[in-house]
Amino acid sequence: MDHIQAHEHGVHFHGPESADPAIRLDNVTVAYQRHPAIHHLGGSFAKGSLTALVGPNGAGKSTLLKAIVGLLPLSGGHIGVAARDKLAFLPQVTDVDRSFPMSVREVVDLGHWRKIGAFGRLSKEMREASSAALRQVGLAGFDARPIASLSVGQFQRVLFARLIAADASLILLDEPFNAVDQRTIADLMALIESWHHEERTVVAALHDLDFVRRHFPHCLLLAREPVAWGDSRAVLTPENLAKARFAAEGWTAPAEICAA
Amino acid sequence: MLADLFLTPFIDFAFMRRALVAVIAVSLVAGPLGVFLQLRRMSLMGDALAHAILPGVAIGFFLFGLDLWAMSVGGLVACLAVALLSGAIARLTALKEDTSLAALYLVSLASGVLIVSLRGNTRDLLHILFGSLLSIAGDALVLVVAVAILSLIVFAVIYRTLVVECFDPMFLRAVGGRGAAAHMAFLVLIAINLVAAIQALGTLMAVGLMILPAAAARFWAGSVAGMIALASSLALVAGLAGLLGSYHLDLPPGPAIVLMAGLAYLVSVIFGRFGGLARRLFPGAHLQH
Repeated sequence: MDHIQAHEHGVHFHGPESADPAIRLDNVTVAYQRHPAIHHLGGSFAKGSLTALVGPNGAGKSTLLKAIVGLLPLSGGHIGVAARDKLAFLPQVTDVDRSFPMSVREVVDLGHWRKIGAFGRLSKEMREASSAALRQVGLAGFDARPIASLSVGQFQRVLFARLIAADASLILLDEPFNAVDQRTIADLMALIESWHHEERTVVAALHDLDFVRRHFPHCLLLAREPVAWGDSRAVLTPENLAKARFAAEGWTAPAEICAA
Repeated sequence: MLADLFLTPFIDFAFMRRALVAVIAVSLVAGPLGVFLQLRRMSLMGDALAHAILPGVAIGFFLFGLDLWAMSVGGLVACLAVALLSGAIARLTALKEDTSLAALYLVSLASGVLIVSLRGNTRDLLHILFGSLLSIAGDALVLVVAVAILSLIVFAVIYRTLVVECFDPMFLRAVGGRGAAAHMAFLVLIAINLVAAIQALGTLMAVGLMILPAAAARFWAGSVAGMIALASSLALVAGLAGLLGSYHLDLPPGPAIVLMAGLAYLVSVIFGRFGGLARRLFPGAHLQH
């Protein structure tokens, strides 16, 4: 997995390959109004790996996560997910209706959706799993609280409790630490690290590069074009970051049809 | 005395009994429909779709005269066409859904008025928009009740999916929920209920009975289920009060019912427990912790 490759414009990008991937990207392109937000990206996320997706705003981090989840159509290529039925996704906090009339408990119970679906009932074990998940994120006793009364940090803890309840082997996090205080970030990062120890695969879109260097062994640097993918310290070099900034800023120019 | 007020009208007159059954059926479904319109931020869409029905009903009327089924099917087709086309235009072009819906329903309304003016008269138009609760015919009543029962069953099936689709659609799709299908089923429910309501309250008044009690319920209930129960109850009370009021005071029943629902809304806006005006203006002294 320590494979790095610089990327020239218009050439297929090949990130690390794994013998046992949780997610395999094969020449993936996702475009908005024909402008690619992810461009000819290949590579794989190994099972049990912990990877940060970094890059400037508009670099395609959310786009890649949504494409893996299946929320966006691909303009080209293929995404293979080893265990789609064991996938859990944390949307950006702005994509969730925080004023919705629901209790903390009800949100956490949604983690069991795969098992109960639209009609099933919660079993005693599932209720206990929800309670344990709430304890784990430090919100024991918050069960009946309406989510509208929570702070952003508390709400993010609730969504993490839902992920715990889901017991997924592949966890995708879209900017989990946006507008969240330091204490909450530390607690939630400890949870992510415990998932990593349990050999769950985690991919998180993040902004803070120092934080990524400290906590994430692997890193994929995106700037609409994939820039580098591999060991975090080797990816987050001044040259790569400069390249990412340059690539992200050049996007508004009228573009030719991509021949690759 | 009380019996004169509340019971005699229904004991003495068959048309009042039929109106009562129609009001109960329409109110019970109006609750959940209105609550989800509100949660999906689609309240105005319900109103737009109510207008969009007109050309379909008019064409049915044009071809088959005052035939219940022709007018209902026509209205349903027009309503679904506007709902689906505006969604498609929003997805495929740069236009946002509210604008494409407004554009389409206005075109639809204008063609409806034009078609009615070719053959019918303004009384027919008023009948479609505002209904004729007190002269509802037997087969129309069967349609209204059947649609209400069917709608409640469909709601029971899509309920959980629809709630999560409103709250967090991306999570739902990631875990394999059928949010898009539930949304489509909900749109169809809106359409058939608006069309069925032509016979009772008229489409415009039917939307009022969906939106107003649901908006009022938001001020008192803290859960989706609570909102639905309260919205249906308020709609029912407004329906009965409006019906009796229109009987005793000789007023048109549709507007009387919607105004009663409006009264419940007004009281809730001012005194509502969750975010009502009085609570906002006079929150009381702050607590210790």
